[in-house]
Amino acid sequence: MHVAWQPTASLDSLYLRAEILRKIRGFFLARNVLEVETPILGHSCGTDPYLDFFTTSYGLVSESDTLFLQTSPEFAMKRLLCAGSGSIYQICKAFRNGEVGRFHNPEFTMLEWYRVGYNLADLIAEVIELLEYLSVGFLSLSATEQFSYQDVFFEKTGLDSLVFSLERYSAFALNHNHSEALAICGHDHGLWLDFIFSHYVQPALGLSGFCLVYGYPAIQSSLARINQNNPNTVERVEVFFNGIELGNGYYELQDSKEQNQRFDLEIKYRDLTGRPRVVKDDRLLSALEFGLPECAGIAIGLDRLLMILSQNTHIEDVLSFPIARA
Amino acid sequence: MAIYSTNEFKSGLKVMLDNDPCAIIENEFVKPGKGQAFNRVKIRNLKTGRVIERTFKSGDSLESADVVDVEMQYLYNDGEYRHFMTPESFEQYQCDAKAVGDASKWLKDQDMCTVTLWNDAPLSVTPANFVELTIVETDPGVRGDTSGGGGKPATLDTGAVVRVPLFVQQGEVIKVDTRTGEYISRVKE
Repeated sequence: MHVAWQPTASLDSLYLRAEILRKIRGFFLARNVLEVETPILGHSCGTDPYLDFFTTSYGLVSESDTLFLQTSPEFAMKRLLCAGSGSIYQICKAFRNGEVGRFHNPEFTMLEWYRVGYNLADLIAEVIELLEYLSVGFLSLSATEQFSYQDVFFEKTGLDSLVFSLERYSAFALNHNHSEALAICGHDHGLWLDFIFSHYVQPALGLSGFCLVYGYPAIQSSLARINQNNPNTVERVEVFFNGIELGNGYYELQDSKEQNQRFDLEIKYRDLTGRPRVVKDDRLLSALEFGLPECAGIAIGLDRLLMILSQNTHIEDVLSFPIARA
Repeated sequence: MAIYSTNEFKSGLKVMLDNDPCAIIENEFVKPGKGQAFNRVKIRNLKTGRVIERTFKSGDSLESADVVDVEMQYLYNDGEYRHFMTPESFEQYQCDAKAVGDASKWLKDQDMCTVTLWNDAPLSVTPANFVELTIVETDPGVRGDTSGGGGKPATLDTGAVVRVPLFVQQGEVIKVDTRTGEYISRVKE
């Protein structure tokens, strides 16, 4: 047999992964954040319109049952928070169907943590501490930058991200030789933001250090709570380095009714756009009804962080066996 | 006609875009946060040779283009068309100046080259990487000069002009790299 059996990661890369995992565990141990494990297989899944999941069938019972591979451990971890766990972190595998490329493997490793009593600013400060700590000896960084989504979007494009103007957004795309954006995005403000941000804003973020962008438009709220002072924005933060998205965090939404409405809206959008049906997580909603403590949480893509620390250009360089060899 | 989805796009794949046959050069998967995924693709238009960037929504698809590269022998130029033949089936194709393009200056009767066919019609011609051609005109150089620098222009029997070392003379056969247009060596007959 002559099939490629070797790992795509170098041995150095395997050592680096082990070292970073050790450092992360040390970091949270010193701060009394509890390490937890939650299931990878579940009966329900997220409703994100743009995340595709893997399913498998559970054959123990006579009637076989569909199970979902988690796209993130978020819901299960929030149930632990509701049960009184206090601050927790987890290093686990997450799965997203169809995502493969230089920065994507459908199975990847996530570091996710929640801090009880933290708001978004507290969380951002801790994210910066962790990233700067892990970078020692690997990267010489200039100071971490922070921008609001609206400011950085305006700076790079001259457009207002919070006020949708088909005319201005289209003119910008045409001026940049991307006339196809008009057909792709149509009248969908969220799609326009995704297109313009990923093509013209993100590539310029964090070129000499980590960069955090906060205050996302409310239409990209996901699981973040609405900003009290500026209801057009949500308390969501993303982390970038050298144009690569590294993490996504929220000041977590506590309101179970609002969470349920967002689920239903997303499920409706999924149905409208012909995406596979999802099963809403009623256990999460019940837990939120019981009460989620005030908390902020974030997920960091560990494989990408390892790429950055080792200055590799392809995610395969840090994975033992990427999907093509798995 | 086959349909290719964005996740099947890879370098070299031939697809139809804006009614023209194109070849994919590069395909990058881009996904902003929890938002819509895109594929940013670099594509060469095989008719014009121009490279453009185009973004697709991940999961969108393009029709395949019936484009094949066929080894053929160059036969002759009738003034309007150049004629080529496949050596196995003796099938003949005629190419106009647009399809032949820059390849014309490297084509010598009987030489092998690659003709790219789109729906069985010639789209472009690529000469062999190395061709051997005769110098029909060049200034007599200074004998004994074997240095690499300097050089002089030489006109070849196909009309191409290349720089050759001073010691290379009219009537000699030389080997040329058609990708760079550079002289490689003299060919001993």
